Amino acid sequence: MHEWALAEAIIRCVEDATGGKGGVEEVYIVVGELQSIDLEVLRWALGELSRGTRLEQATFKFEVERAEFACRNCGKRWSLSDASLGEEEREAVHFVPELVHSFVKCPACGSPDFEVVKGRGVWVKYIRLREG
Amino acid sequence: MDPRLSVIGERLEEVARIIVVCSGKGGVGKSLIASLTSLLSSRSGLRVGLLDLDFHGPSCHIILGARKASPLEDRGLVPPTVAGVRLMSLAFLAGDKPIPLRGADVTNALLELLAITRWGRLDLLIVDSPPGMGEEILDVARILRRAEALLVTTPSPLSLSTVSRLVQLLKSLRTPIVGVLENMRREEEGEVAREARRWGVRYLGWLPYDPEIEAAIGDPARLLSTQLARRLGEALREAGILR
Ligand SMILES: Nc1ncnc2c1ncn2[C@@H]1O[C@H](COP(=O)(O)OP(=O)(O)OP(=O)(O)O)[C@@H](O)[C@H]1O
Ligand SMILES: [Mg+2]
Ligand SMILES: [Zn+2]
Repeated sequence: MHEWALAEAIIRCVEDATGGKGGVEEVYIVVGELQSIDLEVLRWALGELSRGTRLEQATFKFEVERAEFACRNCGKRWSLSDASLGEEEREAVHFVPELVHSFVKCPACGSPDFEVVKGRGVWVKYIRLREG
Repeated sequence: MDPRLSVIGERLEEVARIIVVCSGKGGVGKSLIASLTSLLSSRSGLRVGLLDLDFHGPSCHIILGARKASPLEDRGLVPPTVAGVRLMSLAFLAGDKPIPLRGADVTNALLELLAITRWGRLDLLIVDSPPGMGEEILDVARILRRAEALLVTTPSPLSLSTVSRLVQLLKSLRTPIVGVLENMRREEEGEVAREARRWGVRYLGWLPYDPEIEAAIGDPARLLSTQLARRLGEALREAGILR
């Protein structure tokens, strides 16, 4: 997902989850490596888009989860740094991470039938509300 | 918590109506009818979008002659406009590479696509679906709750038997069915109309097998001038999809 679309989604999601319960102090977000999210752009977008919302004062904390693949055909496990993606491919995977199956193959047997074990998606791990 | 679900509703906020072209059966003309329906809608003055959810065999970009088009990056992806139709397809991102996705990947790709696509204001969003009754159909029914189904079948008993299963499925999912179109009819037959009555689904009429179609693929103006397009236009007006 794109940083701006993602920021919008996160704010929406935190607002829904905290249903009108006052200010938000901290939001902890885990980002899969596969999304190749630019964290600075995301932070900036979150700041801009949270103006006038209950997240206005919130601190955003990020954790990047490394991508890890496991081949369904031969069992080999490997990571994203072992795979070389071109600029356009990285861009496509950034928008729709599943497209990694179009561009990456198992380094041992060449199969595109692998599982993304880790490092896909973005989720809010926890939200801390302001006291009082 | 999955932030994508929170944003999908917002992405489709300004979309007045969603129609999914489906069949369960493969090769009956879903993509052609979905693409032609969007072209006809655009010509009749509607703001229309076309979403290709056939990830394994995307076709709409080929039918509309948009192989070279690509979405614009602007706080998400803005679909390119092709012959008046805002078209979104994974083919724009994967090129001609295979897109080998298993079940959960299909759901994820679908959520991702819905979360990033900025359709803007639309009178109608047409969704092309793959054959089968897997994730694409189930997820559309689950996530796009207001989507309506437009069924396509050929007169073949093989097609009718699958569509009949899909009708039952859609009824249990409480997805409204606009009606069923009979495609590629070659001779007088009344079986589809009779079946539709049995299912309690509106029969929207039949479309002839049109030998001019293949040569018009990729050329929207030429597609619109075929006999098939004329017949489809009549059926869609009758069904209340076109004005
Ligand atoms: N009425 C028609 N007259 C002539 N050819 C047709 C007609 N309808 C569809 N076709 C042709 O039949 C083939 C299958 O059509 P299409 O790809 O639209 O079917 P589909 O249901 O989308 O298939 P799939 O299940 O693979 O997605 C295409 O070559 C298309 O051009
Ligand atoms: Mg098709
Ligand atoms: Zn392998």
